[in-house]
Amino acid sequence: MQVTARRFKKNAHGALQDDNIQKAFSKVKGGFPIARAKAAGELPEFDALRDQARDLKNHILDNLDYYLEYFEEQVLLQGGKVHWCSSYADARAAVLEICRAAEAKTVTKGKSMITEEMALNDHLAANGIEPIETDLGEYIIQLAHEYPSHIIAPALHKTKDQVSDLFHQHHEKYGFSERLTDPQALVNEARRILRDKYVAADVGITGANFLIAETGSTVIVTNEGNGDLTQSLPKTHIAVSSIEKVVPTLEDASLFLRLLARSATGQEMSVYTTFSTGPRRTDDIDGPANFHVVLVDSGRSDLLGTNKQDLLRCLKCGACMNHCPVYQAVGGHSYGWVYPGPIGAALNPHMVGLEEARHLPSASTFCGRCEEVCPVRIPLPKIMRHWREEAFQAQVTPKPERWGIGLWAFFAKRPALYRPLTRFAARSLKIMGGRKGVIRRLPLLKGWTDVRDFPAPQGKTFMEQWKKQQRESR
Amino acid sequence: MMSSRSRILGRIRHNLGRGPLSAEKAAELKTRIEEHRPNLVPKRTEISPAAQVDLFQAKAEALGATVTRLSSLDAVPEAVSRYLSDHNLATKIKMSPEAALDALPFDQTPMLDITRGAATAEDDVSLTPAFAGIAETGTLCLASGPDTPSTLNFLPENHIVLLRRSQIIGTMEESWARLRAKYGAGNLPRTLNLISGPSRTADIEQTLIMGAHGPRRLHILIVDDAEKD
Ligand code: SF4
Repeated sequence: MQVTARRFKKNAHGALQDDNIQKAFSKVKGGFPIARAKAAGELPEFDALRDQARDLKNHILDNLDYYLEYFEEQVLLQGGKVHWCSSYADARAAVLEICRAAEAKTVTKGKSMITEEMALNDHLAANGIEPIETDLGEYIIQLAHEYPSHIIAPALHKTKDQVSDLFHQHHEKYGFSERLTDPQALVNEARRILRDKYVAADVGITGANFLIAETGSTVIVTNEGNGDLTQSLPKTHIAVSSIEKVVPTLEDASLFLRLLARSATGQEMSVYTTFSTGPRRTDDIDGPANFHVVLVDSGRSDLLGTNKQDLLRCLKCGACMNHCPVYQAVGGHSYGWVYPGPIGAALNPHMVGLEEARHLPSASTFCGRCEEVCPVRIPLPKIMRHWREEAFQAQVTPKPERWGIGLWAFFAKRPALYRPLTRFAARSLKIMGGRKGVIRRLPLLKGWTDVRDFPAPQGKTFMEQWKKQQRESR
Repeated sequence: MMSSRSRILGRIRHNLGRGPLSAEKAAELKTRIEEHRPNLVPKRTEISPAAQVDLFQAKAEALGATVTRLSSLDAVPEAVSRYLSDHNLATKIKMSPEAALDALPFDQTPMLDITRGAATAEDDVSLTPAFAGIAETGTLCLASGPDTPSTLNFLPENHIVLLRRSQIIGTMEESWARLRAKYGAGNLPRTLNLISGPSRTADIEQTLIMGAHGPRRLHILIVDDAEKD
């Protein structure tokens, strides 16, 4: 996809003035975080599971070559095929070749971030194969020729009215001429149209939340059931997955499954967790006759052994963005590449280059909530800090930021000073905010405060508030 | 030219600062897989079998599924009929071509039009057996096979599942154990579905709508079988 991370400030500026975006993203904090907190609260073991999940991911990454080879062996044993792809170009070519062999005219697609990364849809379309997104949110943004603004709720930025217009405009050719406005009616209409698409498709493409080495299975997690129709009706199922998704055993998948949906939406389990293993068996009366796994590296292996390796633990749950004040203010598209929010700010510089994404690691209020809620405890603020230091050293940041970071890095390297300092900063911002509690101008965030009042911190850092809350809830 | 495979594996090893794993380390990891030890398992389901059944039901209902308890398999046809009429559905079902379902006394419900096989886009109601029910989260575990085509779990708008009381277990880990016992270690059926409630979406302005692509309604018949009391 086209990278616009370089224009972060401009993107953000636009988003801050867009009422629809403001409305949509400010709604996030009333939904997902509350549901997550409730789900976490109902599971006494939640935090202990997070510790284990972090450790298990680290173990997997330390032995990634072994588990990938084991996984491959099991897929082959079950009658499937594995395609190793170093780059997006390799992966696009592999998928296209499978589609051509299947003489595919249309392919249905389940939601998958890796295929967004590799811009698979454009590639298929350019080669005469029609890709049809089936996750409702992905379907909506495909009609609008846009890309996801949230990793689990891709059409978060779209209003109901915009969806009404899109469906009205695109569904006429299927004989639906009325402009619908009721969400249930809109869903029903999409359901009916996509039903025929599932049945007609020659190939179904899904992503994978997990790859199970023990059994050679790929696992998808959805709420709609679209991924299941995508993978069970066409003759060929392709699961596209990045390499770090492998887990050793079913028991290990269970550990992550207990955290994934709770962290994402506050559900204990998503509605559908589906394990696909090889092609249909000899006597089966449904299921795909061909099963392919496309394994994509494209830069992941280069994170191993670096001070950003922890990023590879990511489960793509979206909790970090759901809890991020910057994300809620500037929306998903400002980040200018596939991953928005804190994970995007920390990962995109690696994926698209620091020069291109240099603003992203500064898109933070240092509140630390992303790390607090991350199910695999990725130290996102620390990784953003590494990037800022690297940007500073490479002199790719503009001058005023260099000054700011320079000063900040000085304190950051001295933790004893840093904590009191942030406490001090939070309190002085409160004073700056005066009685109204808003700040009209921040010296280093001019582009931002030009169009928006910066809410003054409540005079306590998040860590302080959190600890207080924890104490009180005991 | 080096294959992508060796390039990727090579890069992983190089960046981890090592070569291929030693035979000893590899054996250790193999054992780890073969032993498949559980990780931390929540204590929630350390309760009596009867309480697990109650927990399963409560969790499934909280997810938007409906549950009917039946005292014997003989009561299933009547319960299916009643469900259809309660929801104004045509008296027509597509059923998994499974011997145990065939053995049910459907002669008691002669009005019910039953076909067997994989689902088609025309099917409105399906009846399938379950492999297990996971009490921890009210999750059904359904395994595909020649007599249990998985399309029945997704294409029809209404999905009725027959779950025997003895199939209700505490945790996901217990279902892995049962699957290994049936399919052999390291094997799974082609499609294994863990299903927690009916299909839903919140993709339009974060409003929750049921029945996105999969079944709009999920109805679970829990049948008492003598084995577990
Ligand atoms: S970084 Fe953590 S919180 Fe963010 S998406 Fe990944 S796993 Fe979820």
